[in-house]
Amino acid sequence: MSAIPSQIVAVKLPARPFSWRRVATEAKLLLIGIPVLIWTMIPIYHLVLFAISPKESALSGKMWPDHPTLHNFSVVFHQQHHYLFHFWQQMWNSLLIAVAAGALTLLIATGAAFSISRLKVRGGRAIMNLALFTYFIPAAFLAVPMYKTMGNYGLLNNQWALILAMVTIASPYAIWVLKQASDKLPYELDEAAIMDGATPLQLFRLVYVPLMMPSLVAVGTYALLLTWNEYLYAFLLLSRDDSITLGVALGNFLSADDSPWELLMTTGLLYALPPAAIYYCFKRYMVSGLTEGAVKS
Amino acid sequence: MSSVALPEAAGAQLAAPAKKKGLSPWETWGLVLIAPYVLVFLIFVLYPVCYGLWLARHPESYVKLYNDPVFFRSVVNTLVFLVIGINIKMVIALFLSGFFVTARTWIKWLSLLFILPWAMPSIPTILSLRFMLNPEWGLINSLIFRFTGADGPNWLNDPYLALTLAILTHIWKSLPFWTLILVAGRLAIPGELYEAASVDGATTWQKFRFITWPSMKTLYLTSTILSMIWTLGDFNSVYLLTGGAPADQTHVLATLGIRYLRLDEVDMSMASIVVALPLMLPLVYFMMKRLSK
Repeated sequence: MSAIPSQIVAVKLPARPFSWRRVATEAKLLLIGIPVLIWTMIPIYHLVLFAISPKESALSGKMWPDHPTLHNFSVVFHQQHHYLFHFWQQMWNSLLIAVAAGALTLLIATGAAFSISRLKVRGGRAIMNLALFTYFIPAAFLAVPMYKTMGNYGLLNNQWALILAMVTIASPYAIWVLKQASDKLPYELDEAAIMDGATPLQLFRLVYVPLMMPSLVAVGTYALLLTWNEYLYAFLLLSRDDSITLGVALGNFLSADDSPWELLMTTGLLYALPPAAIYYCFKRYMVSGLTEGAVKS
Repeated sequence: MSSVALPEAAGAQLAAPAKKKGLSPWETWGLVLIAPYVLVFLIFVLYPVCYGLWLARHPESYVKLYNDPVFFRSVVNTLVFLVIGINIKMVIALFLSGFFVTARTWIKWLSLLFILPWAMPSIPTILSLRFMLNPEWGLINSLIFRFTGADGPNWLNDPYLALTLAILTHIWKSLPFWTLILVAGRLAIPGELYEAASVDGATTWQKFRFITWPSMKTLYLTSTILSMIWTLGDFNSVYLLTGGAPADQTHVLATLGIRYLRLDEVDMSMASIVVALPLMLPLVYFMMKRLSK
């Protein structure tokens, strides 16, 4: 397929006469594209710039260091600063909590969506509405009561507190997206499976889950990224140096005035790369999954 | 599709007479599979919300809140954030969605980079912005000094400038998401409409006015309301950039609650959230009406 259009383009392009109108159109696009690129990338470039600069150079306001170095990365990887003594442990905590919250959200939301959309459980509609309502509570408003509640449950400083909090925040949207997607599956499939004597669990395992795979990947990734990137709940619920996530550790750098900024930025870059990579890996699913949920109109 | 439209009660009634006693395996599994979410809701949403409202029951908290100048400032800041910030963001998103649907290879690549602020965690990128704005050694003032020889402003030390920068930070962070949503909306419009309009000699503005806008306005409005609700809870943009400084002049309601918590005034903290409910609930009601049909 792809070979044919490119041949056509190759033949067509030289034949097309030069026109000022076309140049103007391209120029206008560039006039939008270049500022968008600069606007988007400057804070990220700045992050990279600090990470590869020796300290003095980073603070001198240069756009590129005279002697780029990977020294900062070596310091971080070898945990050679008292802010970094638990770097690998904290990276591991971030990963563990994100994977746990992602998996748990996926499990809970798939069950709920299947139950509401396919099994038509009694009260399913009301539960969907409650979930939607939760989705609309701004996360920062729920943070304080959640913090007090976790205290009451005796879960403060326990990583389960953060995992469960993130499941609570992520699952309403997950259920919503999955319900939207599963409402679109033809009911004839269920009927055919039932005719063949399938039990509810077989229907779930053999028909529903395989068909829902793209949405499941989208939702799992969404919950994983949401948890990895979370800062507010993480710093409220966890505080011991060896149990916090990397995000909270970054926030702790700010407590001192003489913090090693270049190390903070290096650690920050290492913390920011995995979610970006995961996003790119699952971009296909994410974009359709997320927009489908939000766009319903 | 028809069974989706079927009201819940009707489905249950149909199933009920078939089995007289006990639950069918379908009903049992329906309950078993939905139970985990119901538990999560009861334990981590309903109980905290009720407990929070109970903590916020003292009238004195509201008197104290009313007398706290920081509270008044936070309410004004929040409104500025929502009314001005969000509308600017959504207009830009609408404009950029038109740019990103243009068929060019380099625009595809650009869109991959454009999503980064949204995909990356807030804390490193916003701290990066914060360092750029440092008056002594930040990149921005260094560049200003190099090109003009003058000292740049003390960005985060002026309450108005700091709040503006917090709003810009919020826009930087969440613009990609909303642009993506509006791009999806634009892609759903049939291309023939534009081709027909081109044949009839319509200008770009006319195409937007008579084709794009009518098909997008519901989505645009929904997105704006949703973004406003979420922005009420945007803690990071303000907290990580300014921390409420200078002199607690740049707090918004989302950071104010945490400020009271840190001052060990949980009652005040909850009261400040309860005060935001009149602002939030109409928006939530609107969204529920839109989505739960």
